Amino acid sequence: MADTVALEVTRYRPERETEPSFETYEVPLRRDWVVLDALNYVKDRLDGSLSFRWSCRMGVCGSCGMTVNGTPRLTCAAFLADNLPGPIRIEPLEYFPVVRDLVVEITDFMKKLREVKPWIVRTDEPAVPAGEYLQTPAQLDAYKQLSMCINCMLCYSACPIYGLEPGFLGPAAIALARRYTLDSRDQGGAERLEILSQHDGMWQCTFVGECSKVCPKNVDPAGAIQQYKLEGAAHWFKTLLSPKGAR
Amino acid sequence: MSAHGGGPEARGGAAPGAYTPYHPRWYRRRVSVWWWLKRPTYATFVLRELTSVFVAGFAVVTLLQVRALSAGPETYARFQQRLESPVVLAFHAVALAFLLFHSLTWFNLAPKAMVVRVGGRRVPDAAVLAANYAAWIVATASVAAVLLAAR
Amino acid sequence: MRTRPLTPLLWTLFSAGGTLAALLYPVHLFLVGLAFPLGIFEPPSPETLARLVAHPFTRLYLFVFIALPLVHWAHRFRYTLYDGLQLKHLFALVAVLCYGAALVGAAAAGYVLWAL
Repeated sequence: MADTVALEVTRYRPERETEPSFETYEVPLRRDWVVLDALNYVKDRLDGSLSFRWSCRMGVCGSCGMTVNGTPRLTCAAFLADNLPGPIRIEPLEYFPVVRDLVVEITDFMKKLREVKPWIVRTDEPAVPAGEYLQTPAQLDAYKQLSMCINCMLCYSACPIYGLEPGFLGPAAIALARRYTLDSRDQGGAERLEILSQHDGMWQCTFVGECSKVCPKNVDPAGAIQQYKLEGAAHWFKTLLSPKGAR
Repeated sequence: MSAHGGGPEARGGAAPGAYTPYHPRWYRRRVSVWWWLKRPTYATFVLRELTSVFVAGFAVVTLLQVRALSAGPETYARFQQRLESPVVLAFHAVALAFLLFHSLTWFNLAPKAMVVRVGGRRVPDAAVLAANYAAWIVATASVAAVLLAAR
Repeated sequence: MRTRPLTPLLWTLFSAGGTLAALLYPVHLFLVGLAFPLGIFEPPSPETLARLVAHPFTRLYLFVFIALPLVHWAHRFRYTLYDGLQLKHLFALVAVLCYGAALVGAAAAGYVLWAL
């Protein structure tokens, strides 16, 4: 293994340029280094002006998502050794507006997460003395995989529909909706189905499947969306046959 | 932080070209028409979607065949001859490849959409896959039996 | 109640057509388009075929066989044009052309099979 590897990093400084450009940095090639380590080396030793987000450096916070050699990756999980030969191209997450260098604007994503009512919705709220909601392991198993989402937005960066259709709710939001609808404690299934059935909801998805491929937590948002489509279709036929509102 | 949260402004950014220390000019790249060539999986996806064209094509061929059959033996014989021309044969060979691609991708994706829970546990994907392929074999065998046995 | 009136129905038809095409189209195409014309297998005679097709069950089978995958194509192709070629502004026109063509095909199939 060589001593160093080249990083081709997007730089965008809105105060003095209108378009992003690339800058190349030579960083040490250590077997146990991930791309995030290399970026921190750049910031510490080579160019302190480089801006990027990161936090836990262990794949649970979802902050360090960037495009590494064309694929959305968590930079804390992308080893330098796995991305040889250099130069390793590091760009901000695709389909999001770039604020500066590798930092993207995520307000749209946060807004969409809220839109699907990601909390336990109850039509009847038992009094506190009645006790807690009980949930069996089997009931937990029904939605557990979907609850693993760390909101890293890699799926949005992989979804061409999100790129083409800015209003599209997106994989993580729909998977989150499914996580709550499948929760045995929740009674908001009908409300969420209505939200997802709107124009920019789940029906925009054409099952490219790229979202599930890049998800670092195996949430499988693509599967969740297709299951929701089935439910939406079944619901449509039910309301057709009994218009007085089948639930 | 952002007073501009929510609505299309959150995505579209500040007034284009206006940079102030309190609201930078975001850079937004327009998605190219060739987006589907940027990644192999995207190209495979588009190929998968284009199989529908050959599906429609064969539906039309079947329609024409039934029409020729109803028009009488001479018309039907002419239709049969057209089926034997090299161009049509080549088209059908290509179409078969696309149809098989459709079948394979369709069945392989089925376990994602059809989640069956039995006794509190999710039926493994392999079982759903096997059921789909079994159905395919049965359907193929049945049709072949009918069309090959008829004399 | 139905915020998006037709999409769930269209998607259901798309799925049904896609499943039908996945299950039945390869064998039909192989036999009708390749094996019979190339002489790998002996094709059924026109008289046998006419007898088969006269049966109401066969007619129903053939109608579904032709019409449903046409709707599958219409739905899928419409989204392919919309996303692939980014024909945003022609959203309604593309939809009408695709589903319209499928409807015409289905109607033609219905007419031919009815008039047999």
